[in-house]
Amino acid sequence: MAAVMTLEDLRAGLAWRKNLDKLFVVLGLLVLLLCLGLLAVLFLDLVREGASRFGWDFITQFPSRKAERAGILSAWVGTTMIMFVTALVALPVGVAAAIYLEEYAPKNWLTGIIEINVTNLAGVPSIVYGLLALGLFVYTFGFGQSVLSAGLTLALLILPIVIVATREALRAVPKAIREAAYGLGATRWEVTKDHVLPYSTGGILTGLILGLSRAIGETAPIITIGALSFIAFLPPAPVSGEFPFLNFEWLRSEFTAMPIQIFNWVSRPDQAFQVNAAAASAILLAMTLAMNGLAIWIRYRFRKKINW
Amino acid sequence: MDIKTNVAREKSGAPSLAIVMDEHKASRATPAKAVAEKLDFWYGANHALKNINLTIPENQVSALIGPSGCGKSTFLRCFNRMHDLQPDTRYAGSITLRPDNVNLVDKGVDPIEVRMRIGMVFQKPNPFPKSVFENVAYGLRLRGVSNRTELAERVEKALRGAAIWDEVKDRLTDSALALSGGQMQRLCIARALATEPEILLFDEPTSALDPIATAKIEELITELRQHVTILIVTHNMQQAARVSDFTAFMYLGELVEVDATSKIFTNPAKKATEDYITGRYG
Repeated sequence: MAAVMTLEDLRAGLAWRKNLDKLFVVLGLLVLLLCLGLLAVLFLDLVREGASRFGWDFITQFPSRKAERAGILSAWVGTTMIMFVTALVALPVGVAAAIYLEEYAPKNWLTGIIEINVTNLAGVPSIVYGLLALGLFVYTFGFGQSVLSAGLTLALLILPIVIVATREALRAVPKAIREAAYGLGATRWEVTKDHVLPYSTGGILTGLILGLSRAIGETAPIITIGALSFIAFLPPAPVSGEFPFLNFEWLRSEFTAMPIQIFNWVSRPDQAFQVNAAAASAILLAMTLAMNGLAIWIRYRFRKKINW
Repeated sequence: MDIKTNVAREKSGAPSLAIVMDEHKASRATPAKAVAEKLDFWYGANHALKNINLTIPENQVSALIGPSGCGKSTFLRCFNRMHDLQPDTRYAGSITLRPDNVNLVDKGVDPIEVRMRIGMVFQKPNPFPKSVFENVAYGLRLRGVSNRTELAERVEKALRGAAIWDEVKDRLTDSALALSGGQMQRLCIARALATEPEILLFDEPTSALDPIATAKIEELITELRQHVTILIVTHNMQQAARVSDFTAFMYLGELVEVDATSKIFTNPAKKATEDYITGRYG
């Protein structure tokens, strides 16, 4: 059989194709470095600008009219409490919804519509959630401008993220494992609770944390429901030394949060407050990165344990 | 001549399938454990099993052979109602389990109850990503066994029954995923044995294993038949010849021929069976 091309032609062609290969690597690396570089520059700039404010005082002091004495105590405590409520609501509701859609729902047009809607909800502007929450939680349910309202609002906001991530995680459990459990006579719920859920915990927690790290920086919805920008007190502590040790007053407390505090400082004319804003932004960014890091670590831990 | 015409010819002409089966039944010394009669099965509009009549003798190994897509796995999965997990599937006819004469594919019979009586070992080893012990104990826990001593005894018995006890007795708390492929499959057999099933189904249990692991599983199947009725689907005809007492040949959703394994492999009654086992197609 006659060769289609000579060996030299073949080599020349191959060299050209390999060059294209290299070109793509270079291009990809460039784009990646650009993205990471921008983030790094932003972060370092914030750190540099806010450097003078970092310190114990900054995180243990309430806001003040004097920039050099103002701190973020009420902001980070508020943020922590809101995140706690958000996680506590979004996790069970999101996981239950995902389990229903993935394991129980019949595959028909209604389920299809619900699925499309859940995915679309992830793209709804956050201010819309704020407006919904203002009407529903603040006024209709009468929760007021409270930690509870803010937590519920952000839970609503990240629910689609949690649902989608959970469904992905559930789907990753091989059919063979489900069949093994069914084959032994397990009911659908037993298969879910004994196998599917435990084996997808890593993916579910990763989704939750990624959702939370989106929620932690959200400003618009909590401004809408009425976060205060100047709070010189902490919500009542959830744990006390006296019986009954737990109280839920903090849920009804007025609040501020990190992004609100930053927004407030940035909008002041006094240059000294800009420094505070930069310092607080750097801390918020670090909190977000730490949460993402935690998500990666959890995923790694579970991947190592369960290797199909 | 191709297989389709063979089957068609044999269906219309003598000797009919029914006569072959009657002769076969008469020659059988062991009582029946399960009897499939006029069994049909549909995936949606796809008529996957057509009028299957087959007797599964007690404490014997029955093998199902046939080319890919002939319905042998589909038939096997009727015995523990695995098809019920898929939407839009339908059974007709019966698989009667002896001695209590329950029709396993009857709508009124709970598929979970069926699966608690009939164990299954799958094509690819599928241990749970839990400890060796918990894998075997799971079926028992589902049945409400929680006493530690009893669990330990039953797990040991099942692991011994699956000829894997000596290999795992010191690593019962290790993850089952750390075992080799052959060990995993024997663990899956132990998991199915632990609940003392009345019939044990094997769906091509060695197709993912190397020859040495395969030999161990085959030896195990031969031993197990003293205690449990076995139905095995296999792609490997030598395997059917080695491990089974009876062999049924299926083609295009129909049962073509069933007989003692020695007879099927030396002197099949049907041309189609002969073509298949001599490797003329499939």
